[in-house]
Amino acid sequence: MPNREEYESMMAARHTPAVHNKLKEGKVAVAGLGGLGSNISVMLAQAGVGKLLLVDFDVVELSNLNRQHYDLTHLGMLKTDALKKQIEKINPFIETETGTLKVTEENVMTVFNGYPIVCEAFDNPQYKAMLVNALLAQGGQTIVAASGMAGFDSANTIKTRQRFKNLYVCGDFKTPVQEGSGLMAPRVAVCAAHQANMVLRLLLNIEKA
Amino acid sequence: MIVNGKEIVLQKESSIMEFLEKEGYDPTKVAVEKNGIIVPKIKFETETLSDIDKMEIVCFVGGG
Repeated sequence: MPNREEYESMMAARHTPAVHNKLKEGKVAVAGLGGLGSNISVMLAQAGVGKLLLVDFDVVELSNLNRQHYDLTHLGMLKTDALKKQIEKINPFIETETGTLKVTEENVMTVFNGYPIVCEAFDNPQYKAMLVNALLAQGGQTIVAASGMAGFDSANTIKTRQRFKNLYVCGDFKTPVQEGSGLMAPRVAVCAAHQANMVLRLLLNIEKA
Repeated sequence: MIVNGKEIVLQKESSIMEFLEKEGYDPTKVAVEKNGIIVPKIKFETETLSDIDKMEIVCFVGGG
């Protein structure tokens, strides 16, 4: 097992010390640990983002394995615990907080307090809108949300757009989950990667989508 | 009025809720900015739009 110093010097060598230090100071919350959130969290951990908050109330089910970053050994586990365990195996030197709870309009303020960047990674469009509206009303945080990644359309249709000053949205903006147009691992991961990439850009003070 | 970067003619002054419904948006799945300021959902009924306003409507579809 590499120790902290060995891990840190590898990361600084790969990312350059300046980039590594900025990412290490990053605090990012991920709301929803499904196909988007589980992949976003793993990518941010790989990038060395210093502190992550993982929020979900659900457990890992068999039907999640077609696109979410879990395996058979995680079935029945809380997604927060299953993901924290995986992240500890990737980079044990970042801090991972978990919030095993259902996000509501009432608790948004307290749950995400202290995290300047929040990734919206819910499945349900009403919950997506609820979270984004509640965070924007409160102000002071930047949200990287997602809309439209189901189906088999070209991966090239998935984009990152800055819609409001503090709201970025990734996706094709139109394709909902429906019969014959389900969620497939590649497009979900492409969208998650757009979100994770926008987070890294924001942590490096690049605001352009 | 400008909506999502496109110029449209607002036929008559209307509330944000009336506008969203007329344009086919589900008000439970959107986030709305009017002239650069977020409009909370509770103000959709009371906040009115006029032809000089600039609106951004973000609509969410399911999947994640």
